[in-house]
Amino acid sequence: MSAAQKFVNKIDSGTIHEASDALETGQISSLELCQNLIGRHDDIDGKINGFLSLDTSQILEDANASDARRKNGKQLSRYDGIPIAIKDNLSVKGQTCGCASKILEGFISPYNATVINNLQKNGVICFGRTNMDEFAMGSTTEFSAYKKTSNPWDINRVPGGSSGGSAAVVSSGQALAALGSDTGGSIRQPASFCGVVGLKPTYGRVSRYGLVAFASSLDQIGPITRDVKDAAILLELISGRDELDSTSLPNSDFNHHEVGNDFDVSSLRIGIPKEFLEIDGLSSEVNDAFEKSISVFRSRGCDIVDVKLPSIAYAVSSYYIIATAEASSNLSRFDGIRYGNRIDRTSDLLDIYLDTRENGFGEEVKRRILLGTYVLSSGYYDAYYLRAQKIRTLIRDDFNNAFNNCDLILSPVSPVSAYPFGSVSDPLQMYLSDIYTIPVNLVGNCAISVPASFDGDGMPIGIQLIGNSMDEIRLLQAAHWFEFANEMEKNDEV
Amino acid sequence: MKFDVVIGLEVHVQIRTNTKMFCGCSNRYGAEPNTLVCPVCMGYPGVLPVPNKEGIRNTLLAGLMCECKIALYSKFDRKSYFYPDMPKNYQISQYDLPFCEDGKLVISGKGLSQELIATKTIGITRIHLEEDVAKSTHFKQYSGIDFNRAGVPLMEVVSEPDMTTPDEAYAYLTALKQIMQYADISDCDMEKGQMRCDVNISVKPSGSPTLNAKTEVKNLNSFKAIHKSLHYEIERQSDVLESKGHLVQQTRGWNDDIGETYIMRTKEDAADYRYFPEPDLMPIEISSDYLEELKKEVPETPGQRCARFIQEFSIPEYDASVLTSDKACADYFEQCIRFGSNPKKTSNWIMVELLRELSQSNKTFDKCPISPKDFAELILLITDNTINGKIAKTVFNDMFSSRKSASVIIDEKGLKQVTDTKEILEFVKRAIENNPIPVQQLKEGKASALNFLVGQVMKFSKGKANPQLASEMIKKESS
Repeated sequence: MSAAQKFVNKIDSGTIHEASDALETGQISSLELCQNLIGRHDDIDGKINGFLSLDTSQILEDANASDARRKNGKQLSRYDGIPIAIKDNLSVKGQTCGCASKILEGFISPYNATVINNLQKNGVICFGRTNMDEFAMGSTTEFSAYKKTSNPWDINRVPGGSSGGSAAVVSSGQALAALGSDTGGSIRQPASFCGVVGLKPTYGRVSRYGLVAFASSLDQIGPITRDVKDAAILLELISGRDELDSTSLPNSDFNHHEVGNDFDVSSLRIGIPKEFLEIDGLSSEVNDAFEKSISVFRSRGCDIVDVKLPSIAYAVSSYYIIATAEASSNLSRFDGIRYGNRIDRTSDLLDIYLDTRENGFGEEVKRRILLGTYVLSSGYYDAYYLRAQKIRTLIRDDFNNAFNNCDLILSPVSPVSAYPFGSVSDPLQMYLSDIYTIPVNLVGNCAISVPASFDGDGMPIGIQLIGNSMDEIRLLQAAHWFEFANEMEKNDEV
Repeated sequence: MKFDVVIGLEVHVQIRTNTKMFCGCSNRYGAEPNTLVCPVCMGYPGVLPVPNKEGIRNTLLAGLMCECKIALYSKFDRKSYFYPDMPKNYQISQYDLPFCEDGKLVISGKGLSQELIATKTIGITRIHLEEDVAKSTHFKQYSGIDFNRAGVPLMEVVSEPDMTTPDEAYAYLTALKQIMQYADISDCDMEKGQMRCDVNISVKPSGSPTLNAKTEVKNLNSFKAIHKSLHYEIERQSDVLESKGHLVQQTRGWNDDIGETYIMRTKEDAADYRYFPEPDLMPIEISSDYLEELKKEVPETPGQRCARFIQEFSIPEYDASVLTSDKACADYFEQCIRFGSNPKKTSNWIMVELLRELSQSNKTFDKCPISPKDFAELILLITDNTINGKIAKTVFNDMFSSRKSASVIIDEKGLKQVTDTKEILEFVKRAIENNPIPVQQLKEGKASALNFLVGQVMKFSKGKANPQLASEMIKKESS
């Protein structure tokens, strides 16, 4: 068996670093790599529905160009020729960028997001547009205006959301890795549901320029990958201060080599917020997985400490005020005047606005625009938006205090594992299930979801590690260690 | 019934910068529609604003010129409303923490009616910074939007309701325009939309302590229109009160063709702008070091310059105020003085000749055909008697139309004043010979006879004789 064939055989479980090694040593070409992934897509995406579109001729052209560069010794980086799937809310020049919404049907972005520029500078190939909840509003990807994405572990279940397409294509072997966006858990929760790794970087570490905004003060782009090392590599490629994003942080470059193997886990203090264990609706299986993860850390000498997050009870309500307020404003630009789908049955301006938005937006998006418009209305601002911002400050104080007593916080990602389509119809119930991920967006810290265990139906369960602001190195080191130790533990059990 | 009038103004001033307020597009007037645009100022999905330091600097500068308190901690907010000229359907503006607050502006001089108004201090409530919207043009079947203007830095200067007459409002606008021009913040050309004004006016029975509901008037495109609309509103509101009517808060537009305001909306349908802090921008912190540096860069105000002209050049207050009312004019004057011309003579010639010619030919100082250097030379040639005043006027007119220098024109046309006594004596003798009666009258002490005889000499010399010399020689020769 040729070396190339060897990698191709395991392509549905391959990683960026393995593919990169194979490209560097000539075991495989970018063209072969992309052709195989496209083949895999053609075989299975009819069942998974993870991609909204896949421009195969462009991808093969890019792959050929990459191979030519490498042949001439002019590769842009060791990742030249690596394909990465892109969530449908990230702008790639010349490609559709529809946020899985009818209102942006056919819209072609005229510019590149900064993360896309950063990837392309390194020769990385944009590999298709992944499905999502419309404008990233949802936890199941059921709110896509186009199709429902299935969980590759059980196609009758949801993949999570809103980056459900990205998680599903990585999990089902159609992509080595993907970019997603996380406003309240939209990377971490689908990663947990689909058994892959999902990283939400510190707010400001990755430029938001070119990410179609849902809630500006909460949104962050991040990687969905097959292992922690890949998450570190992708973070290195996309992070860094960007003059085009005023909220991007100085010195936010990241070097994945700092996530090494010589990590002394026994010096870690892992904080466990007891409030997180008292959540209504925390399933016993998720709780078991969480307890087991704690014991993995404890057994290697980590200090497990109790931390308090007393204001966390208000996190979900303040989040849904702030996020919807910002969303109502961010989504007001979709009016059919300059781009996107305009409906002008009459020449009356108000009719154009009403018809365009009535037909263009889905139920969940409308619900959130209404809520956000309401909380910003004159007379209600102080009672809702201002108060929510005050709670946000209290939660930030909680986390600061907690991180005085620990290095990382460990928690579940979601109270439940992946559930069947249509089983959560009450929006409030859906919102409440974001309790573990939302606080991290409110305070702007980094967090990662790493596969930990499985439920009784064999569905994956992830655990979440939360790091302090800009503490991605420690976060990824610990996650990388856990990934390895947990694997060992499982092998021991067998 | 007698009435008191309360007037406050909201003035928008476009700030002159190289680029727009939140993107890299050129900030320039007059380009082909929609050629100075990018995804950011068109409000495309995913774009983010980046604040323009120059725009903030100029706003602070305007605040310092108006003696405002400068906020060391400030922020931008979003103001939401749907309209096609607004690319994002929200405008990045400032709500509760504007850059400048609590300033003042001194008004004096003449109003539009040419009546002198008493010197008065008008309070400035706030100056905040925002982005301009696009320009809509409405045609019969459709509307066009030019996004070149979208995102241009725009300052809003809100006055206290301290004005009581249309003339005071006019003087306030004039003073504000002067400030903006002096600090090089804006040209304030209303025709180009660089300065736009909404007026707030309410009328109440004389001496009444309670204010009546105000009217806001929009669509005012010139100082004259503002003046006229205020007169119209005073009359309209007074009539309502006279007839025991009730005034309600409303927004009215101005129809310049018929000289009337018309109702646009009442308070009931006032928009809810849903202001909230712009999450895409960090709060703006101004360091006290930066502010101190900026204070050093604050240019002389028109009032300070006027006082300096009086002191430094010993010219009358009237001259100084005319010259300094337009920054370009004051600059022109100072440049002439630097080339050595006499201040009072220069001032006279600018005020009487140059300003008239410029206004007749519809030109501004930047298009003045006579350079300050050439103008100073003309004044020098008058002062040293190379030409007399009468010849100087024809030379000036020639300079204005031909752009030649005074000395070239004098050489070409042989206009140099005759100071050679022998030459003048010839003309004097001829004048005495030809006019025995005036000579007799002169001997009897009639002053007008001397003027007549000098005139004769000027005529013979084709205006070139030095009139003083001629006069002395006539007296001598006829005695």
